[in-house]
Amino acid sequence: MPLVKNGQITADEFVAVADDVELPAEGAVLISAARLLADPERLVARNSPLGVIWPNNRDVAELKPWLDRLALIALVFPTYKDGRAHSQARRLREVYGYRGELRATGQVLRDQFTFLVRNGFDALDVKKETDAHAFGEATHRYTEFYQPTGDGHRSALQLRRQRHLTSAT
Amino acid sequence: MYAYDDIDRAIVHERVEEFRDQVSRRLSGELTEDEFKPLRLMNGVYLQLHAYMFRVAIPYGTLSSAQLRKLAHVARTYDRGYGHFTTRQNIQFNWIALKDLPDALADLAEVGIHAMQTSGNCTRNVTADQWAGVAPGEVEDPRVWAEILRQHTALHPEFSFLPRKFKFAITASDHDRAAIKIHDIGLKLVRNDAGETGFEVLVGGGLGRSPFIGRTIKSFVAGRDILSYIEAVLRVYNQYGRRDNIYKARIKILVHELGIEKFAAEVEQAWAEIADGPLTLDDEMIEDIRSRFIYPAYEKLPAEPDELRAAAGDARFEAWRNNSVAPHRHDGYAIVTLSLKPAGGPPGDATAEQMDAVADLADKYSFGEIRVGHEQNLVLPHVARRDLPALWAALDKLGLATPNVGLVSDIIACPGLDYCSLANARSIPIAQELSRRFASPETAALIGRLHINISGCINACGHHHVGHIGILGVEKNGEEFYQITIGGRADEGAELGELIGPAVPYGEVADVIEDIVEAYLSLRQRPDELFVDAVKRLGVEPFKERVYATR
Ligand code: HEM
Ligand code: SF4
Repeated sequence: MPLVKNGQITADEFVAVADDVELPAEGAVLISAARLLADPERLVARNSPLGVIWPNNRDVAELKPWLDRLALIALVFPTYKDGRAHSQARRLREVYGYRGELRATGQVLRDQFTFLVRNGFDALDVKKETDAHAFGEATHRYTEFYQPTGDGHRSALQLRRQRHLTSAT
Repeated sequence: MYAYDDIDRAIVHERVEEFRDQVSRRLSGELTEDEFKPLRLMNGVYLQLHAYMFRVAIPYGTLSSAQLRKLAHVARTYDRGYGHFTTRQNIQFNWIALKDLPDALADLAEVGIHAMQTSGNCTRNVTADQWAGVAPGEVEDPRVWAEILRQHTALHPEFSFLPRKFKFAITASDHDRAAIKIHDIGLKLVRNDAGETGFEVLVGGGLGRSPFIGRTIKSFVAGRDILSYIEAVLRVYNQYGRRDNIYKARIKILVHELGIEKFAAEVEQAWAEIADGPLTLDDEMIEDIRSRFIYPAYEKLPAEPDELRAAAGDARFEAWRNNSVAPHRHDGYAIVTLSLKPAGGPPGDATAEQMDAVADLADKYSFGEIRVGHEQNLVLPHVARRDLPALWAALDKLGLATPNVGLVSDIIACPGLDYCSLANARSIPIAQELSRRFASPETAALIGRLHINISGCINACGHHHVGHIGILGVEKNGEEFYQITIGGRADEGAELGELIGPAVPYGEVADVIEDIVEAYLSLRQRPDELFVDAVKRLGVEPFKERVYATR
């Protein structure tokens, strides 16, 4: 599956390692939540980038102590109709201030790209090749948004407030 | 009326283009039906028995005459010349081709109408009291807040893939015409002791297979906090709502399984994370929305003009006036309900010609504004009382002056087996038959206010649980049967109806309803004791006896 990161199709530097396989001495690895939580201190102290696959039915608040030492959090969309990871992403970014890579995995399709980006995902493990190539088109369809999220876009209410104040002076 | 600005227009047009692209990818096979389905649902497109059904949003039920004309245009150009107004204050078209949908949406976008999120597992069209802004005694116009909510929930990136659909309703009156207690979130605009405006927030109401009446989760949330508070409720629901079983996926089940206290505690916790953040509204934001609601320039007019006095001699006019005309917050004006329930007609249907004509009448007599009520009727919200006789005469010609609003033949009915692929039984012909049986205005007036609600299956689109008399289609050995409940209501005293006994076959439904009504007439204490109140006092037994004693 092509990985789109910050808008570009990129090679994945992370290697997913199964729970029963020894971690390589170096290199970026992606491990399960269970493995991370079994021995978090030692794992985050490892000298290479560490990523975790976080299930969508587990509270992301559990990750709080390790956030600044995680290079990647991969959230899961088992089907794209299951939107739990959307809420997880926003809490990680906007409430807990996570700044590492936030990756969407699973059923990641073109028609959610805008939503995903708005919710703070910067990397998408895209299901279809054609969708990955359409990333730019798909995420530039909308020029205006009603809701504020942590994506830097000003919401309609915020924009209008600005205008309202400017026109009043 | 809320006037769109460039931001609203951009979003609606961009949405149309996105959907056009989705349809073309579906038609080319690039999208599978499985992938397309949630996308089309979020744009109001269902695949029904005979064709695609197209559901268009009418936020808080408010329409301009230009918008109503455009709906007529869609009915005429892409459908079979009529539309069906629904209990969600929406309009549905039943015979539209997939390839025409992007064009229909583009036409509607010209007048600021869309079909965003009229279906699908997202936040749906926000409904409101159809008398909002004109009913006497409101805290303030709840549509300002409904519009803030509409905007906030439209294409919301986090809540477009919820466990299940999610519906808001809002009122600012003590008498609840918006049925807030049967919504996922019900909002009642209130003022606290300090004079601040805010909301009583109810959650967990809903009908369908497991009906629940909503409970108050917080008695006061200040207006500036309403978006962050609602965001917290939705976030808890998104995370913990059941996804393993669609019948248990609604927020009402989560609230019921956790208990309201535990659910409220979860919400408080989620709220603490985001309260006072970017979702907090300030006066400028609220004022900006408020300033774009344009209100009519009412004149100072007499409450009892000569025109009204002159028309009083006409018994047909008087019957209509007593039934369809309600007091307005401005003296000299009235709120007029247009019945879409002629004897023998399918409830809620309007032809393109009727829509055009109503738009013209709205221009002439109601400052160009129309409302859609959840009872599937239309409303002209600002009619000068001196114009009532002329308006009545025009409506009478159009077949829109049936004086039965709120009476026994003002029936709410879902499309049932005539259109709906989920139906177990017909709804429309039952409604038609009942409306013929109770067509006599004298009998109807004698009976007084009585709501009959009909659904063709357990999904309860016709709100049968909260009908004073509820009729639910079920299937037994391939035949249509109907369960009858009584004592339900959808207002501020909302209650679920109680079953009176075994389901009855199609052919007996109308007789049974007549029996129930006759029982009521003989059992009521006074002529002004409403049917529901009599049921409350007496319980279902005497009615049950009457119906089943002879069957
Ligand atoms: C013909 C196509 C329709 C289909 C396939 C359909 C489907 C459904 C389904 C599956 C539910 C149950 C959801 C649940 O509670 O879990 C439902 C409920 C509902 N529908 Fe429809 N419906 C249709 C038409 C309508 C119409 C015409 C109306 C309005 C007249 C309507 C308004 C509602 C309402 C108000 C509910 C109750 C939801 C609640 O409060 O719990 N639907 N519909
Ligand atoms: S109640 Fe059932 S039959 Fe009626 S519209 Fe809803 S899903 Fe269809």
